[in-house]
Amino acid sequence: MITESLFLSAVLFAIGVGGVLIRRNALMLFMCVELMLNAVNLSFVALSRVHGVDGQVFVIFVMTVAAAEAAVGLAIIIAAFRHFKSADLADIRLLGG
Amino acid sequence: MTHPLQGSAAELVWLLPTLPFLGFLINGWLSIRGAMRERVSTHPARVTDAHARHPQFTLVSAVGVGTVLAAFGVALAVFAALVAAPSDAGPFVQTYGSWLPSGDLRVDWAFQVDRLSMVMALIVTGIGALIHLFSVGYMAEDPGYPRYFAYLNLFVFFMLTLVLGASYAVIFVGWEGVGLASYLLIGFWFSETRNADAGKKAFIVNRVGDFGFLIAMFLLWANLGSLDFRDVAARSTELAAGGGLVTAICLFLFLGAAGKSAQMPLYIWLPDAMAGPTPVSALIHAATMVTGGVYLVARSADLFALAPAASLTVVIVGAITAIFAAVIGLKQWDIKKVLAYSTVSQLGMMFVAVGSGAYVAGVFHLVTHAFFKALLFLGAGAVIHALHHAYHEVHDTTSDAQDLRLMGGLRRQMPWTFGLMWAATLAIAGIPVLSGFFSKDEILATVFRQASGSALASASWLGISGAFILWVAYGVLLVTALLTAVYMTRMMLYAFHGPSRVPGAASAHVHDSPWVMRAPLVVLGVLTVVGGWLNLPALLPMGPVAVLEHWLEPVVSRGAGLLSAGSAALSHGTEQGLIGAAVAVAVLGIGLAIWRCRPAAVPAIDAAQPTSGIEYVLANKFFVDEAIQRVIVQPIVKMSRLVLWRGIDVGLLDGVFVRGPGYLTRGIAWAGARLQSGLVGSYVWVIAIAVLALLGLMLVGGTR
Repeated sequence: MITESLFLSAVLFAIGVGGVLIRRNALMLFMCVELMLNAVNLSFVALSRVHGVDGQVFVIFVMTVAAAEAAVGLAIIIAAFRHFKSADLADIRLLGG
Repeated sequence: MTHPLQGSAAELVWLLPTLPFLGFLINGWLSIRGAMRERVSTHPARVTDAHARHPQFTLVSAVGVGTVLAAFGVALAVFAALVAAPSDAGPFVQTYGSWLPSGDLRVDWAFQVDRLSMVMALIVTGIGALIHLFSVGYMAEDPGYPRYFAYLNLFVFFMLTLVLGASYAVIFVGWEGVGLASYLLIGFWFSETRNADAGKKAFIVNRVGDFGFLIAMFLLWANLGSLDFRDVAARSTELAAGGGLVTAICLFLFLGAAGKSAQMPLYIWLPDAMAGPTPVSALIHAATMVTGGVYLVARSADLFALAPAASLTVVIVGAITAIFAAVIGLKQWDIKKVLAYSTVSQLGMMFVAVGSGAYVAGVFHLVTHAFFKALLFLGAGAVIHALHHAYHEVHDTTSDAQDLRLMGGLRRQMPWTFGLMWAATLAIAGIPVLSGFFSKDEILATVFRQASGSALASASWLGISGAFILWVAYGVLLVTALLTAVYMTRMMLYAFHGPSRVPGAASAHVHDSPWVMRAPLVVLGVLTVVGGWLNLPALLPMGPVAVLEHWLEPVVSRGAGLLSAGSAALSHGTEQGLIGAAVAVAVLGIGLAIWRCRPAAVPAIDAAQPTSGIEYVLANKFFVDEAIQRVIVQPIVKMSRLVLWRGIDVGLLDGVFVRGPGYLTRGIAWAGARLQSGLVGSYVWVIAIAVLALLGLMLVGGTR
């Protein structure tokens, strides 16, 4: 059971990483990051079956942080979109050298 | 242990340099203050009327002349104390503080009162005061009046430091200081590039000599452990007589002396130094500073006596300089240039004297030369002043007030100057009972005496026997005496005799100078005539015999004795013969000049210059300046330009060390900027690849 859960978690994480690497839309990137966080959550929960309840506690923390991050991140994306009229990351390169 | 001069007036010696220095401070302050006021003032009078007296004329004159005159008074007092002291008292050294206490080296601020230094101090302050007084008239209408007196006082201060210094190091302070004052005064009218260049030339050429002086001091310190005159004199016997070391010390000292006293080949700065005001030429470049080298050699008599080869070098260089400058002097048209070359020539004579061990004769000629050459220069100054004013009266701004071709017939308008300058001319030519006759005759007689049987004559110089060198030197000096009579008479004839060649209406405005300028001339005239009584030869019983000789005996007798050991006193017959020869060449020279130099036949100032033959070479002063320009100056300029400027400065320093770091930072920044693309996507890739690489490393390395 743990093996399958960890495998699923790894697949989800890999999909998240792939999305972050390939996608150019800020919103998509953001969702892929969420996917990676949740993949990690899944492995925490799975492993808590063996190692005790610590993993589950950690998941609560991660979700809290993710919620906060979502609030701030979405706000930034909206602000950026309003400014650049685009959510495409290739268009947002003001800090380029 | 107390010195007999302890508690006497000799303790006032510190006042001697202090008084002129005070004058320098006051006049310098007035000058700076005046310059500041001028900058803000809108008063037009000072600008338009250049021939107005300075507002603080009286104060500046009083301070300038007064301080030097007071110093002369102090010098007299010290001198009187010295006369009263026993002759074997030795030098009286006053120490005022420690200057360089550095390890074993100890140099004090100390002044030395002895018979030689006080003779020099009297000359410097006495003649100095006269020339300061003359300057009051000569410079009266110069807008830089306070600045002039500030510099002149500064010069006297340094010159007194030079002659009174009790060690080579203190002398060197004065030595450099007079060089500075000389530079400032040569370039006094610095708004003309020519004058400023002349000042620079004097300063730079003197650096060559100073290099020698410094090396000599280093050698003295390294080998004798002291720079103090008393110590050096006491320990000089530790040096091997005639050895390489003492010879080297003396040669380097002489290099310094040759620079300051304008000897071959470093004489080139002195004729150019005539760009300064004429009283400056009289004081610095005839009477005092340029004799500093002679003083230095006489002061180092104990050392030179141990190095006959070095002494012979001094004789050779002196003799060559004497005749060389005299020959050049024959064809100069600038009245001050004639006198400048004459000074170089006479300094050469003094060096022959001190080189051949005749220290007293050298110092004697130094003293009489200070009298008659200062008189000649001041006389020339009076002539230039008069002509300058005459040109000013008739608004002639182009005519040269110094050119002999534009003079002539001045004897009618300037009888005082005429008479006094003739006295000085006859003195320098060596006409009997005038001062120059005695001193020149003594030099000739001593060289003649030294040439047979003396220790110096038996020494050799690069394989040439000393006797031969001294014989030749005697001959050269005799010819020089002849030439001296010729060029001086020529100058007098062209300036004062014949028809007037002063252009235009200016001639009517020429007149003798005011009394403030005439009085110093008269005093110097008297000294010129009677100066010989300082040191009468035994042969001519006209008064006390050889006063100066006895006076200086404690200072120089040891050195002189070493060099002249073995030479016999001259018989009366020989001595009469020598005097006869000297007078004969003087009379012959004057006659020659009267015969050859007809004032009526002077070429016009715009006449074509000779372009070939001996006249051409003489008119161009043997091309020495040109040769030095080609051989030394231009290679240095070229080397500096190519190697030091283009190569090291522009190439290495600017190129590698200054621009190099700039290019490096810019390169790094460029690479960094390329990394910082601003694309979030590329950053993510970098992070992902880096994480993978780290994971891979951990897998391979097997670390946890």
